[in-house]
Amino acid sequence: MAEIFAYIKHADGVADDSALELFVAAKKIAADATVTAVVTGSGADMDKICTEMAAVYNAVWKIDNAALAYPNAEVVRKALVNTLPADSIVLLPHDTFGMDLGPGLSIKMDSSFAADIVGIEGTDGGALKVIRQEFSGQVSTHVTCDIAAGAVLNIRPGVFQYDDSKAGGDVADKSGDAGDLSVKRTFLEVVEAEAGDVDITKSEVLVSVGRGIEDEDNVEIVFDLAEAMGADVSCSRPIVDAKWMEKSRQVGTSGQTVKPKVYMAMGISGSFQHMGGIKGNPFIVAVNKNTKAPIFQVADVGIEADILEFIPELQEAIEGL
Amino acid sequence: MEPVLISPASFKLFGFIPTVLFSILIPLAGVGLFTYIMATRVAPLVKANPDFRFDRPKERIINVLKIWLAQYRHPRYMMAGVLHIIIFFGFLILSVRSTELVIAGISSGFHMPGLGGALGDIYYFFKDYAATAVFFAVIIAAIRRGIFRPDRYIYPKSYGHDHTNEAVFVCLVIATLMVSESLYEAALVAAEIQAGHEATFLAPATLAWFFKNILLDATPEKLQTLHIISYYVHDFTFFFFLCFLPMGKHFHVITSLFNVFFMRLDRGNVRPVRYGVSDEELDDLESFGVKKFEDFTWKDILDFYTCADCGRCSDQCPANTVKRPLSPRFISIKGRDYAFNHFPLMGNFVAQEPLIGEGGIYSEDEIWSCTTCGACEQECPIGIEYINKIVDLRRGMVDEGNVPQTLQKPLSSLEKRGNPYGKMEKKRADWTKELEDCEVKILDKKTTAETLYFVDSVSSFDERMQEVARATSKILCATGVDFGILGKAEKDSGNEVKRFGEEMLYQSLKDHNSKAILKSGVKNIVTADPHAFNALKNEYTDMPPVEHISQVITKGVSSGKLKLKGVTEEEQAKVYTYHDPCYLGRHNGVYEDPRDAIDAISGIKRVEMLKNRDRSFCCSGGGLMLFYEPEEEERMGVVRVKQARKAGANVIVTACPFCLVNMEDAIKVAGLEGKMEAIDLGELVAAHIEK
Amino acid sequence: MEILVCVKRVPDTSENEIEINSDGNDIERDDLVYSVNEWDNYAVEEAIQIVDKVGGSVTVVTVGDDESEEVLRREMAMGANNGLLLTDDAFEGSDGKGIATILKGAVEKGNYDLIMTGAQADEGAAQVGGMLAAMMDYPYASLVNLIEAGDGKLKVGREIEGGNQEMNEIELPCVLSIQTGINEPRYVGIRGIRKVASVEIPELGAGDLGVDAAAIGEDAAKVKRVDYFMPDMGEGAEMLEGSTEEIIAKLIEYLKAKGGLK
Repeated sequence: MAEIFAYIKHADGVADDSALELFVAAKKIAADATVTAVVTGSGADMDKICTEMAAVYNAVWKIDNAALAYPNAEVVRKALVNTLPADSIVLLPHDTFGMDLGPGLSIKMDSSFAADIVGIEGTDGGALKVIRQEFSGQVSTHVTCDIAAGAVLNIRPGVFQYDDSKAGGDVADKSGDAGDLSVKRTFLEVVEAEAGDVDITKSEVLVSVGRGIEDEDNVEIVFDLAEAMGADVSCSRPIVDAKWMEKSRQVGTSGQTVKPKVYMAMGISGSFQHMGGIKGNPFIVAVNKNTKAPIFQVADVGIEADILEFIPELQEAIEGL
Repeated sequence: MEPVLISPASFKLFGFIPTVLFSILIPLAGVGLFTYIMATRVAPLVKANPDFRFDRPKERIINVLKIWLAQYRHPRYMMAGVLHIIIFFGFLILSVRSTELVIAGISSGFHMPGLGGALGDIYYFFKDYAATAVFFAVIIAAIRRGIFRPDRYIYPKSYGHDHTNEAVFVCLVIATLMVSESLYEAALVAAEIQAGHEATFLAPATLAWFFKNILLDATPEKLQTLHIISYYVHDFTFFFFLCFLPMGKHFHVITSLFNVFFMRLDRGNVRPVRYGVSDEELDDLESFGVKKFEDFTWKDILDFYTCADCGRCSDQCPANTVKRPLSPRFISIKGRDYAFNHFPLMGNFVAQEPLIGEGGIYSEDEIWSCTTCGACEQECPIGIEYINKIVDLRRGMVDEGNVPQTLQKPLSSLEKRGNPYGKMEKKRADWTKELEDCEVKILDKKTTAETLYFVDSVSSFDERMQEVARATSKILCATGVDFGILGKAEKDSGNEVKRFGEEMLYQSLKDHNSKAILKSGVKNIVTADPHAFNALKNEYTDMPPVEHISQVITKGVSSGKLKLKGVTEEEQAKVYTYHDPCYLGRHNGVYEDPRDAIDAISGIKRVEMLKNRDRSFCCSGGGLMLFYEPEEEERMGVVRVKQARKAGANVIVTACPFCLVNMEDAIKVAGLEGKMEAIDLGELVAAHIEK
Repeated sequence: MEILVCVKRVPDTSENEIEINSDGNDIERDDLVYSVNEWDNYAVEEAIQIVDKVGGSVTVVTVGDDESEEVLRREMAMGANNGLLLTDDAFEGSDGKGIATILKGAVEKGNYDLIMTGAQADEGAAQVGGMLAAMMDYPYASLVNLIEAGDGKLKVGREIEGGNQEMNEIELPCVLSIQTGINEPRYVGIRGIRKVASVEIPELGAGDLGVDAAAIGEDAAKVKRVDYFMPDMGEGAEMLEGSTEEIIAKLIEYLKAKGGLK
């Protein structure tokens, strides 16, 4: 078994959730594998992240270079290609960074690439069997990936929840191996999303409200629940029509297409126009007075209740956790 | 007998300038200028696209007699209408007198042929009253428009300029004509009386009679001066007015006769992409629809010229009511101003820029905001059309790929799947599975039936509207109709596809359905969807006869085949009102059958909304309109629900699945759940079938 | 600017449930309709808009069979100048790397300043653009939602987490993968497609492209799909019963497990 490396995504001195999830994923590939965390970056935050990772991973490789201060995938790729041994198995989160880095890295490492892995079934000879999804998550597939000459594996964030398992190891400074990091793509700046302008298409948890809210004054309870859950608020078309919420919060074919992990449909009947805006097969909780509402056909969990009574009680329970 | 006053034909100004010179020059200059202006105005019509408007002369003449001459549509707005009728007939009567006066300025004492004798006396008697009536009518009109300003003249500045000044100015010009003509005559009669001659008879209590009484004490010199001055004021004003007409909204005085003659004769249809080009030849056209001004047809431009800015269309327009960015009359007025600016009286015609979008006169949202409900055309007293223009502007946008993103998906689903929802064809008949006690045949090679029930997309796929399909089937079963559906062989009727300007997609849907229907061998077609009803009846060709389910119900009830129970105790407390769907009512004239069908349920209480029948208020449209997201202050459906509530109803009966969708949504948005409900006519009747 | 846009013909699965065939090796395709991959459509629109501004031409290319020609025509009806169909039996069964290798052959035969792909397609891997760039040694940016053309370089915005946008300067030639929402693609109707129906679309095979047959096709694929299966979705909702407290307790358990609580 080749060595497994996990790329640690971090920003502002905080490691991304994926940092430890990749450790879990790596152990699924081979429980006894030596898994090395690769931390790239520059400056004071590096040691903090490396120390954190050293508590979990078998080893940590630190690549400190001013050119890596912002994780420009093109620069990171060069650093990894220059540093990692041939035939390495490299794990990346399948997010906007991993999508930027993974495919090109696999070419430069001359290894296999498998994207958006949601399950790892183990190895069989030189092949790793993983689970992926296709057609916007409507269908799953088993995929074999030849890892004999190494691989780049992009792991879907949030799937392999960190389970407190630890190996522990030392930090090795590999900064000297980084080599030439000049690239043809220069990072300029990050333009922050406008404050207050919630982009529900990016939300992982949505509390979505429909006609069952009955009155504009009741909208508040939905925001309270969302706050307690750490979720964003979205809605169905009638709420926007009634001008109780801005258009940017509307889910549906005529509104936003959302891809959350959890979708709380509160007082939403679930017309196909509405459901058409929900992609990625989220876990759907439906709360509705009408048990015949079509939302119950597509929901994972259904609750027959009046949301005006149910929402405050749920909020209280969550706040009490 | 020598006249007591020297006539304009013989008078000499300052004793040596013969005023007859003015009598010749003013008309010459006036007619010359008018001819030049009209030639410029006609130029864009000549350059425009063809329009086929010379068929069926009998019906066209009847339209002219009814709508133009008899002013049939005017009293729908009582105050403005009656004022207009007075001015209109006054003008008709006075046109003879004015012509006579022009000639009398050259040849003293001239009378129009036939008006020298007794007929003349009768005419002069009436024309004095006409002038008086017109005078008071324009004064009232000026006060109404200038001071009271009816609500319908209020509009956002962005739409164009205000016409109030022009309207008031023209009222004053007309008043000047009336006063000067009366003074001219009054001065003469007063002089005749002073001279002890046998005075010309002046009808009592007319303007001329009134002026005559005032002038009885005036000196003969003053009367002579007044006689001459008022003549030339009239003469000049008359020709000024003539040349002023083609400069603005009073162009209609000249064009309305022609516009009414050429107005559309059929409703419920949309004109072809290009007159003279068959459906098969459409592929050869370089461009579709209206993109630049000259892509309009000559009738469109005549419409623009004819708009009098009366505001009736916009007042009835549901889009305008809910403050969508559309006001029909400004489609016309902006078109007219464009024509005037780009085909100016002086200088060269200007290059053509696109009509829509940046730098254009129309906005995209304006053109997509129309539901094609037809209320504007129903109201226009001078036959101006809007749906054809809107559809042609949309065709132009579709041809350029300029289609709102929310509409692209349903359009592409219609192309690939034959329904706007992208559902699989094989699931089109799934709604029949939940139907009990009633067999719905799916027509194919082996299965045939007398009647085809054309379901159309919304009733086939929308879970709520499937109830309408099932209710329709139950009624057909109960009435003993041998019927079936096309199932997966049916595609969307395309009524809205055509109206959204996607002509080629409509053509392919129509071709597909036409073949399937003809192959099924049915003898007639029934549908519960007025949009499908309209397409099959007015747009498809060579189809078997098409009926709406309301017509099947009334026939079934009167023949005794369909027996209906009376209202239940619970229903006795309810008050029903019928909402006319645009494509059943206005576009197809089916107003009474649905009402009769409701009334066939004994004991039912039904009231009418203020806006009913041909003034019905659109629910916000069906088909693709459901996918369009307009900017509006209120939903049309909400406005309609409130109208129903105002009429004292608590149940809105519709006869169109889209109306039902919109009404049910509107009741919830309006917060009237539990207080109001909506039900489809088919559902209502099916629930009362006597088994 | 000479732009090459790589497009893919994919089944339109958004409105209907997908079923898996009895062998479990493919989805049931009989009742599916196909269209151009949504992301690719945005890429083509963006390419057309760039060319409208700075001049040049847009070529659309796809790897597929004869049926794939329809998506090329649709994109040409939008305004792409040329189409290029890469088709060969040897291409069948290629994995992402194989497809990128085939496309590399097409890129090398032309003289393109900018190559665009959709951010992802039906398989959701988001891989071909990045692989192609690395093979060509071109710089690459994924999930691009803003492009400003400059002299010899582009300013591009990438969509990153939290609704933020990462701005980069990238040298030409380069490869960009395009995110939806970067523009509003124009509508293409039947009429537009008929207008380009008779335009010749060159077909190139492995030989024409100078692609090594050993680097493509099923045999070369190191990543292979074994089977399809339905994700566990269950029949309708599991209705939570009991007192409100019990229901809420159960619901919170679920929310914790599914990441619904933070």
